[in-house]
Amino acid sequence: MSAPAVLAAATIPDAVTFALAAVICVVGALGVVLMRNPVHSALALVMTLFGVAVLFVEQDAQFLAAVQVIVYTGAIVVLFLFVIMLLGVDRRERVLADTFRGQRVVALVLGLMVLAEVVLLARTRWTTGAHAVAGPLDGPGSNVAKLGRSIFTTYLIPFEVTSALLVVAVVGAVVLARRPGLGEPSGEAPDEASGAFPVAPGAGAPGAGAPGSGAADAAGAGTAERTAGAGAGAGAEVTR
Amino acid sequence: MSVHASWYLTLAALLFTIGAVGLLVRRNVLVMFMCIELMLNAANLTFVTFARALNDIGGQVAVFFVLVVAAAEVVVGLGIIVAIFRRKVGATADDAHLLKG
Repeated sequence: MSAPAVLAAATIPDAVTFALAAVICVVGALGVVLMRNPVHSALALVMTLFGVAVLFVEQDAQFLAAVQVIVYTGAIVVLFLFVIMLLGVDRRERVLADTFRGQRVVALVLGLMVLAEVVLLARTRWTTGAHAVAGPLDGPGSNVAKLGRSIFTTYLIPFEVTSALLVVAVVGAVVLARRPGLGEPSGEAPDEASGAFPVAPGAGAPGAGAPGSGAADAAGAGTAERTAGAGAGAGAEVTR
Repeated sequence: MSVHASWYLTLAALLFTIGAVGLLVRRNVLVMFMCIELMLNAANLTFVTFARALNDIGGQVAVFFVLVVAAAEVVVGLGIIVAIFRRKVGATADDAHLLKG
């Protein structure tokens, strides 16, 4: 099909909505990859997720759009930001530096190959003509009602298996987050000192993300200065 | 009548490609994780597009399950990242070579 025929099938508001949301999605995705600071990457990810939610609404998936905003931008990205702030990974990474020689070139070539393949598939025949098994999308009733009926009848067993997956994930997260040797009081102190809140200058202080490494270095230097000052003061106390 | 499905599929392909290239290029583990989320979202967009194109609610149900799996994956993955960072401060993906002989 030719592009004008495709565009003529859509109304003007729909086409404009699609174009705007597509631009938002692509800009956000590029931002995720190209931003140096992980916090900025997370915010760009929020942008992309909102664009995808708009596209969901555009395609009669209202419930999924709401869930997308609530779960993804409300829970998952916030979880990302929590981990970034907790670990203090605000040290900037040199995006353009290669680890291996030619790594970026190979990555770009592979990416273009993937793009070409998927676009080729998307532009050619992709339907088998088989009939729907889960129920039609249009018809009477709201989107939520149809989705809920399908989940709790046709897909009931996968839904129950999902609960087992969530339990396993929660238990796994708890096991991973446990400190090794928590029961032994001897192993606790050095682990506490070296592990959770590093004060190394390179790692930076938690939450000093936005200004970047300069601010982090300044914070580290400030801490060092303060400790040095305290040490000097203590020394003066001792000599006096 | 919304825009034809092939445009949505092309956009999803573009998002997936950006995510895949980002996963290959970046070395920060958290940003790599975000790129995985990007690819999952591209797949979700494809599912919703096919649900509309084929008039089948099953595509949206698939997106529902992908959301659940993505949430579980993020929880476990971030737990692993925190566990790695507890041992090595400021580690990138290249520093996590504990299994290398």
